Amino acid sequence: MEHYRRHALKQRLYDTLFQVVALAGLLFAVMVLMWLLYTVFEDGIGRLNKQFLTSFPSRRAEEAGILAGMVGSVLVVLLTIVIAVPLGIGAAIYLEEYGRKNWFSRFIELNIANLAGVPSIVYGLLGLGLFVRWMQLDRSLIAGALTLSLLIMPVIIISAREALRSVPPGIREASFAMGATRWQTIWHHLLPISFPSILTGIILAVSRAIGETAPLITIGALTFVTFLPDDLRSPFTILPIQIFNWISRPQAAFHENAAAGIIVLLCITLLLNATAIYLRNRFSR
Amino acid sequence: MSYFKIETRNVSLYYGNTQALKNITLGVPENKVVAIIGPSGCGKSTYLRLFNRMNDMIDGVRVEGEVLLNGKNIYADGVRVEDVRKRVGMVFQKPNPFPKSIFENVAYGLRINGVTNKRYIEETVERALRQAALWDEVKDNLKKSALALSGGQQQRLCIARALAVEPSVILMDEPSSALDPISNAKIEELIWELKKKYTILIVTHNMQQAARVSDWTAFFYLGELIEYAETKDLFTNPRNEKTQNYITGRFG
Repeated sequence: MEHYRRHALKQRLYDTLFQVVALAGLLFAVMVLMWLLYTVFEDGIGRLNKQFLTSFPSRRAEEAGILAGMVGSVLVVLLTIVIAVPLGIGAAIYLEEYGRKNWFSRFIELNIANLAGVPSIVYGLLGLGLFVRWMQLDRSLIAGALTLSLLIMPVIIISAREALRSVPPGIREASFAMGATRWQTIWHHLLPISFPSILTGIILAVSRAIGETAPLITIGALTFVTFLPDDLRSPFTILPIQIFNWISRPQAAFHENAAAGIIVLLCITLLLNATAIYLRNRFSR
Repeated sequence: MSYFKIETRNVSLYYGNTQALKNITLGVPENKVVAIIGPSGCGKSTYLRLFNRMNDMIDGVRVEGEVLLNGKNIYADGVRVEDVRKRVGMVFQKPNPFPKSIFENVAYGLRINGVTNKRYIEETVERALRQAALWDEVKDNLKKSALALSGGQQQRLCIARALAVEPSVILMDEPSSALDPISNAKIEELIWELKKKYTILIVTHNMQQAARVSDWTAFFYLGELIEYAETKDLFTNPRNEKTQNYITGRFG
């Protein structure tokens, strides 16, 4: 009896201890984030005005603005979504619904999983060689979007496959037993049912894409752009590059610009995620 | 022309190297109900799924022999499996309605066949729901999600869904094993009704059910057809010792 009592007491102690450690971890993470946000807002909120949002970069900090980076980032990310999402979902559908399960499909699976973990700079080098040089797209919007598409496609494929796999098998059976073709089954049932989970994967992937800097520097996105892109072949810049550029200047006024730029970047990311979450909730009734 | 609506001739089925069905010859006459009984793993469901080629979906399945629908081999070259499934409806063990409205569940078979005439779809949905004895319970809530129905209603909805495309044969894989006794009774009544228009092959674990709903009964054991006879004969006067042991509950 005594033994059991002591054992139970010890377990309860461990339980409490673990709870405390977990809570400490959470608090640490939240506080670091809060502190980060606080410093950014303290430095940047004063610069965040209409002039800043509607101006191109300038030698003079107080005349400089974020317009080129903001438009560039939004355009690149939208293009990336347009390219990577259909391709990624298509690849997932093929692998999950059409492809035969053999050593070759397992080989492809393994490679996709590995691709998701490749450092982004490597994708930048690939984009430089493939899109910028070989396909002669130059340092254009479309080259940047294609590079980012390669970067996020593995994530989309993996999450879309996971989503398709989690559709109850009874639904598939019922649809096939009605005489539906594979495509009808995918279109009427599998995609609508798995759409919310696929969207979650897309949110994660796109959030990553909008913050990526290295691959776009590698393919040669500019740092000083005083015009807006007018077609897919235009040169461009993106927010993180612009921010990085300002941060590396010696004058304090540029650092304020950088902080304001970070706020804009955060807002765009939040806006994209909010849209996706809204869509997800609408479809997962 | 064959006497049977559906039949198998010397059919063997293999999952890889395992033989699941051994040389089975069996036929179902038109407008009759045939029940398949037997212990778990005896190949009942596998046999049922021959007739709408649902076994095709499993990797490594090989079928030998002939499976005939209206005298034609449905495993022959050039037969589109979708066409077979449109003529052979299926009701599964667990009710599996689509997560859509009641109306859309029943209309699905028409939609995938390219039917767009709204009036015709509405009439067909009503007819199918009436045939499945569900119309009175759902007629005011056709837009409601099918998942909000009770288990027994869901199963009748699945029957209505199968009926909407007017198949000639209905396969039922333990259609009421997941349901309560009252829902079960409703399904059995329904089978009696449906027999007038359809040919029905039903797999069941429940021997009372087989005795109540079927005209003929087949007893399967370890992938073999042991005995096939008129239901009242098979249950009152089984010829094979294994059948006798099974229906008296000595094994299985």
